[in-house]
Amino acid sequence: MHVLSIDRSIIDAIVAHARRDHPDEACGVVAGPVGSDTPTRHIPMDNAARSMTFYEFDSMEHLRVWREMDDRDEEPVVIYHSHTATEAYPSRTDVSFAGEPGAHYLLVSTREPDSEEIRSFRIVDGVVTEEPVRIVEAGVDPHAVQSYMFGQSPATVDYECSGR
Amino acid sequence: MAIEVRIPTILRSYTGGAKVVEGSGDTLSDLLADLDSRHAGLRGRLVTEAGALHRFVNVYVNDEDVRFLGALDAKLSDGDSITILPAVAGGAFGFAAAAAISQHSAAAVRRQSATAVDGDGRRGAVAAL
Repeated sequence: MHVLSIDRSIIDAIVAHARRDHPDEACGVVAGPVGSDTPTRHIPMDNAARSMTFYEFDSMEHLRVWREMDDRDEEPVVIYHSHTATEAYPSRTDVSFAGEPGAHYLLVSTREPDSEEIRSFRIVDGVVTEEPVRIVEAGVDPHAVQSYMFGQSPATVDYECSGR
Repeated sequence: MAIEVRIPTILRSYTGGAKVVEGSGDTLSDLLADLDSRHAGLRGRLVTEAGALHRFVNVYVNDEDVRFLGALDAKLSDGDSITILPAVAGGAFGFAAAAAISQHSAAAVRRQSATAVDGDGRRGAVAAL
């Protein structure tokens, strides 16, 4: 089973980004060395859609960041975005647009003002598989980590019911 | 001389795993037809049945988003480098929002581009790569 292992400092930066952009959705990437499956470099991206219910990377920033990763022998290990009024579970839109089969899709829900729901998924060929998020505390024994697994069945949410 | 095309991970099943392929053509449309002759099915992932560039595929000629260069009609020259990236997009709500964005973007393209006749690439049905 896949696990996303990620430093506490990066999670904190992602949550801060999501809070800053709330109630709009925030999005970004955490790059890491090719093949390492280790996210090391947090890159907050603009949400070109500037929407509470949709996100999209700006196409020029996307090209620039992907080239930079190429030059540094990195790949997008994590692609994250926030849901600001619903749970941190991939919507049908998220699934249909997921174009990086090797990435961990990290979702942060900021619907609660005082706590965040952080969950990670693989999305390959339209199939969503949740995986545990293992948050690694810096400055301590790297094996002494706290694991989160939000393994409950997702609540029934009809993401498509609005505006159709 | 040829045109170099960088293929994203998700489309490498069409190129036998190759990250970079070569092709030729005077326009993006010609190039994709040429590529499809050797990598069958690739074009269909980039172009809608109506013949427009998929809304959620980004294609770049050198450093430019092809939507600002006339989309499928963009003129190409030997030595150009084409990059294909699946758009990174999503969000809590579904296709109504996506369609709204799509129309908004079509308007933005029309405003920003003198060469793109009608922002074709942004107006196709909402469909992901």
